[in-house]
Amino acid sequence: MNQPRTLYQKIWDAHVVSARDDGTCLIFIDRHLVHEVTSPQAFEGLRAAGRTVRRPDLTLAVPDHNLPTTARRDASGARIPIADPESAQQLEALEANAPAFGIRYIGDADREQGIVHVVGPEQGFSLPGTTIVCGDSHTACHGGLGALAFGIGTSEVEHVLATQTLQLKQSKSMEVRVEGEVGPGVTAKDIVLHITGVLGAAGGTGYVIEYTGSAIRALSIEGRLTVSNMAIEHGARAGLCAPDEKTFAYLKGRPMAPKGADWDAAVAYWQTLKTDPGATYDKVVVIDAADIAPSVTWGTSPEDVVPITGTVPDPASFADPSKQEAAAKSLAYMGLEPGTPLREVEVQNIFIGSCTNSRIEDLRAAAAVLKGRKKAANIRWGIVVPGSGLVKSQAEAEGLDRIFIDAGLEWREPGCSACLGMNPDKVPAGERCASTSNRNFVGRQGPGARTHLVSPAMAAAAAVTGKLTDVRELIA
Amino acid sequence: MNPVKTIEGKAYPFGLKNVDTDVIIPAAWLKTISRSGLGKGAFEALRKEPGNLFDSAEYAGSPILIAGDNFGCGSSREHAAWALADMGIQAVIAPSFSDIFSGNAFKNGLLTVVLPQEAVDRLMEVAKTDSIHIDLENQVVTTPFQDRFTFEIDPFRKHCLLHGLDEIGLTLASSDAIAAYETRLNTEKPWLAPQMI
Repeated sequence: MNQPRTLYQKIWDAHVVSARDDGTCLIFIDRHLVHEVTSPQAFEGLRAAGRTVRRPDLTLAVPDHNLPTTARRDASGARIPIADPESAQQLEALEANAPAFGIRYIGDADREQGIVHVVGPEQGFSLPGTTIVCGDSHTACHGGLGALAFGIGTSEVEHVLATQTLQLKQSKSMEVRVEGEVGPGVTAKDIVLHITGVLGAAGGTGYVIEYTGSAIRALSIEGRLTVSNMAIEHGARAGLCAPDEKTFAYLKGRPMAPKGADWDAAVAYWQTLKTDPGATYDKVVVIDAADIAPSVTWGTSPEDVVPITGTVPDPASFADPSKQEAAAKSLAYMGLEPGTPLREVEVQNIFIGSCTNSRIEDLRAAAAVLKGRKKAANIRWGIVVPGSGLVKSQAEAEGLDRIFIDAGLEWREPGCSACLGMNPDKVPAGERCASTSNRNFVGRQGPGARTHLVSPAMAAAAAVTGKLTDVRELIA
Repeated sequence: MNPVKTIEGKAYPFGLKNVDTDVIIPAAWLKTISRSGLGKGAFEALRKEPGNLFDSAEYAGSPILIAGDNFGCGSSREHAAWALADMGIQAVIAPSFSDIFSGNAFKNGLLTVVLPQEAVDRLMEVAKTDSIHIDLENQVVTTPFQDRFTFEIDPFRKHCLLHGLDEIGLTLASSDAIAAYETRLNTEKPWLAPQMI
């Protein structure tokens, strides 16, 4: 009888090309996603060393970070110039590098274009049990399908392009088990914000996390992608959800997924991808789903999470002196006083989008709250940015775009947008944004911008009332 | 890459916890398509504060940065390591680092030294007046006051840093093993090849 293994161990074992005595393994990479920000220096490095891309067939390039979310082509199909010359330069570099190295490229005007972490699963490029890397820390997202997916730096991008492998040491394993049923108005985003609050921003450092339990199994694939997406926000390099029938149903018929007899063989293999009974994790954290409320961040670290019914904490309430100092700094930056109920905090901006929350289910959840309602007068700017052109078409077919526009929000082209403001979509200094993105860091959405991370339904609720709001009051 | 053996000099007594890569180098600086010149954008937001550590004449050009827990958390941008290197930093000492950051630092010849919080606190004190010495070969950090803190480092990373080795070149030496793996994969999991679109 073989030793029982965790899901992570099984995927790791299946990808070892060779192992050194010190435990470092050469790990084969099945899928490599490339975008325009973290790749130019990698391609430059290949050129300088006279190296080629070993497996262009396993590589997919999509621009997403810099693209404006306003119209990209004029009536004749010609590109509308990108105002920022540096953004334009990065896009042009990818447009030139992809064909030069024989890599498949989905361009800014293709209807399949979108955020790499939305495009990968949507195209069936990302599959269960595969190793997936991208020069972007939210690559863990693809773990929602049961892939071992993680972010890498540019030198590693170059390493994967040249060798289709990485030199890695195995991480420790952690199980985060969320048991029970979540209450009304509680979404995948609230689950992952809650987990981040419990573990802390560094709680998962050195671990690969498997999210298990009935609350995770009950999530749709979109929801699991949302949870895995934020693994890095609690320090874990990768997050995994074991694939199941929902995963297979999601992938079946996707353009780049296996077909026919290949599909059957793939599913047979994927069905073995679960943690064996008796396998042990290095650490186990159990969370009661009933404890999770619609959640919101108050500070400048994703661990600064409270239920929407809560108040801004007093920095003195933290045991750790350095956390006290960090909390005081956060509150000064955020312009918040201890004891203020979160529900009294006014926001001026709404961002619904990002690789965390821009899939069709996210847009449906936001639209369900906004239907027949208008944004509050104090909402200065509100944008809805679908994760891909295909999500955009689907939303338009369902009439969701009309709901957003009628509510006073803007309906945009796909991309990373105001999650990190590399394109023109930024939150002005000193203003607040209820944002469905993944990071509330200082200056993330623009210099001086104040970010409150929430679910799509909660962002929609904030749009309606003009302040952070318990969405349960609007859906009751 | 230049070999890293010893690093000696002043150190920035920074000490902040959870310093994320947006703090090290804000997103606006990610638009470069080259690796150099990012030092100007390092810690940009903090440098807007008058009297900040990074612009003080006392610490200018220090080769060492001392930080708190979870240094380099957040995005995978290697620009964070490039920015630190470009401002002249050769080593960062902290109680812990984010996994991605320490990998990026290593690949750019930037040494990350993990020491317990008490040792970091002591080095923060010393750094205010005196220089700090890091000896990679012997895995030890010392001060002019007989302080001596040993640290752990992955033996492979140590070897590469000491000899300035290029990781891609090392891996390409295993090309045969990679080809053998690919052949096996094509037989065992032919469905893994992505369908063409």
